[in-house]
Amino acid sequence: MTLPDMVDVAIIGAGPAGLSAARHLAEAGIASVHVLEREAEAGGIPRHCLHSPFGLREYGRPMTGPAYARLNLRRALSAGAQVHTRVTVTTLGPGGALELSTPDGLHQLRARAVILATGARETSRAARLIGGTKPGGVLTTGALQPLVHVNGARPFLAPLILGTELVSFSALLTCRSAGAKPVAMVEPGPRIRARWTAPLLPRLLGIPVLTGTELLAIHGGSQVTGATLRNATGKTREIACDGVVITGAFRPESALLAGSGCDKDPRSLGPVVDQYARLTDPAYFACGNALRGVETAGACWREGRRVARSVALALLDGLPDPQATRTIPADTPEAPGALAYALPHRLAPDTAPPALPHMQLRVTRDYSGPLTLGRDQGQLHARPDRRIHRPLPRMP
Amino acid sequence: MGAATSSETPYDVAVIGAGVIGCAIARRFTLDGARVVVLEKAPDILDGASKANSAILHTGFDAPTGSLELSCVQAGHAEYETIREAMNLPIDRCGALVLAWDAAQADRLPDLVAQGQANGVDDLEMLTRDQALALEPNLAPHLHAAFRVPREALIDPWSAPHAYLLQALLNGAELRRNAEVTSGHYDGVWHLQTPTGPVRTAHVINAAGNWGDVVDQRLIGASAFTIRPRKGQFVVYDKSAARLARHILLPVPTDKTKGIVVCRTIWGNLLVGPTAEDQEDRTTADLVPETLQQLRDKGAEILPALAAEEITTVYAGLRPACEHKDYQISARPEQGYVTVGAIRSTGLSSALGTAAHVASLVTGGWTALPDPVVPEIPMLAETETRDWQRPGNDGILCHCERVTRREAKAAMQGPLAPQTAAGLKRRTRMTMGRCQGFHCTAAFEACLNGDAP
Repeated sequence: MTLPDMVDVAIIGAGPAGLSAARHLAEAGIASVHVLEREAEAGGIPRHCLHSPFGLREYGRPMTGPAYARLNLRRALSAGAQVHTRVTVTTLGPGGALELSTPDGLHQLRARAVILATGARETSRAARLIGGTKPGGVLTTGALQPLVHVNGARPFLAPLILGTELVSFSALLTCRSAGAKPVAMVEPGPRIRARWTAPLLPRLLGIPVLTGTELLAIHGGSQVTGATLRNATGKTREIACDGVVITGAFRPESALLAGSGCDKDPRSLGPVVDQYARLTDPAYFACGNALRGVETAGACWREGRRVARSVALALLDGLPDPQATRTIPADTPEAPGALAYALPHRLAPDTAPPALPHMQLRVTRDYSGPLTLGRDQGQLHARPDRRIHRPLPRMP
Repeated sequence: MGAATSSETPYDVAVIGAGVIGCAIARRFTLDGARVVVLEKAPDILDGASKANSAILHTGFDAPTGSLELSCVQAGHAEYETIREAMNLPIDRCGALVLAWDAAQADRLPDLVAQGQANGVDDLEMLTRDQALALEPNLAPHLHAAFRVPREALIDPWSAPHAYLLQALLNGAELRRNAEVTSGHYDGVWHLQTPTGPVRTAHVINAAGNWGDVVDQRLIGASAFTIRPRKGQFVVYDKSAARLARHILLPVPTDKTKGIVVCRTIWGNLLVGPTAEDQEDRTTADLVPETLQQLRDKGAEILPALAAEEITTVYAGLRPACEHKDYQISARPEQGYVTVGAIRSTGLSSALGTAAHVASLVTGGWTALPDPVVPEIPMLAETETRDWQRPGNDGILCHCERVTRREAKAAMQGPLAPQTAAGLKRRTRMTMGRCQGFHCTAAFEACLNGDAP
């Protein structure tokens, strides 16, 4: 399929959020909706999640990640959107001027509106400043799952899992399906972070969960041989393992923001947006985990649908003046740093239905205390695993 | 293969160690007409000291005047300039600033400039605080003074040695990996024992880096130096940080170390390091979280805006330091043996010059190759045109470093094809970007198995 030079909407990323936005834009009557996917295959992260129940709310039935990814793609295509794979956006230019790398070389594309649906990635071992050596067998969940499910690899037999977020238990299941039995799950915080029934899993499998424990160092030559742990009292100990899975601590895949002229939120590491999910260059929008780490595939899909409405409105009738936007300061005054992120960051005149109807928050640690949003003051009782939605504050 | 070869004509030269120095020496002797074999104990080349450095092509302005190191650095720098275009090797002529952060350091600058001039680096420029800040506006304002070294430059620390060794191989040299020299004796010709079989050779060049003294002990029973590895840890920031510094930012050096550098990399990142930590262990360079945090703090002290930048990777290496400050290069012509030891921290800059110096110590009577093959190396520098910008690249596999399918496949071809994951990373940069393999590990492993997706 040849790439056009001019489109109504370009969507960067063919994961749940991007494909949902594409489908709903096409269904809203937008003529040329083009999804640009840098991988060889559309679908995003769910392509490699073989075990989780996807699609319950979107499609009314549970399905595997790959089936969900295929259905998202099919619905986008049958609605009339076009999906291009092996196309990498390299530069976000002013007003929707995109530079692309394709197998045939460079290409320039101008879009009336661009949606960033670039998703999120886990924070690497290096960025976490974990010590020791750099042996083989240290993988994020995102690296592990396609390695196991696509390549059929068996990267280790007895790995250590760092983290206890929902994804950490997904990693645990992937280890199991690769014939590995994790030696332990390690959580620096005081308790398991994931909600629901996930924490039952290691108990059933007889895998210890070490809370209040840090992973200090990884050891080994060509392959991991062990790790150094430190508990809350400061005592260190060695644990034998032949791999380490670094899970969670997702952050937006937002490298394109550098040099784009669009502001980046230093807390979420995603773009600064208003309630229409519009970036500081109003030709650009964002949805899904490009905004923040991390929500489920279903939440990203629904957000893609809402942002599609905003973008359709922007193209058909126009959205309220982006210049009139005001910043919403968000703070937990008694505990600086407790707020992991809060978005949207800015509020434009509210004469159109918002794509982000709530202020979305998360905290970095357990927090009970005052929360100030704009001029609104309230109390917050929060844990890091809980998504918090508050009505958007009223600006004077 | 090894046994068969050893019963035939001996090699002219066996180079022990395929670090940057060994690669350059292999190239030199091959071009001079010798039959060369390179013996590397690791499964891939550049696996020791050469895998982790700051990737600067030095001028020698701060080397001890009259030292062997200085002459090798200057000859090496000059030869790199001569050969780099034909081999497609990059250079970023960014220059360096030596920064004085207090009055005491500022007082030392004139002596350092005088030393540079004595070393033949005659284009140093003293800068006032304001002049330096005009050149580098992101520097912390408490700067006192500085001087500029215009010809310090950045290169690719791995493409250069790959080019040197590949040229040797394409012109007849042989490479044996997993070939640690375990023992040997000389009876007019050297008989070396390796796990890949015996090797007979007229000359031995010991370029074993962190194991140089051990190889000397094994082969000639004594060493003029004792290696005590010096560990250096580094922090590498995301490409968005590269805008914060144009020059290589150097501290006023101490007797022991050049100190902690802040500079861009040829791949468009920004690095801070190395530390200088003496240790006994020759194999393990442990990363220490507290030290890495200190490097972060140090970086932010020099460039305050660095505090907000994200880390792409961290690494640590061992440099072959010993009790002597200068290079330890000595020949025993009666035994056909040259030791090239203690190339501590300027090996990348000096390699080609060191190789020429070593060649001058060996009399072989060979005839230089009249028309040697000159290989072109894949260009990975951020400032040059890359494969992802060209038609026919077959799509990007590693998104953070924009490594294409075509590049990944090409890297697995030829006499220097990697046999380890680290080897493929060094040849392509796959998995070395900000996501550290989150997206491309599966594709990377498939490429390594010769089965690019």
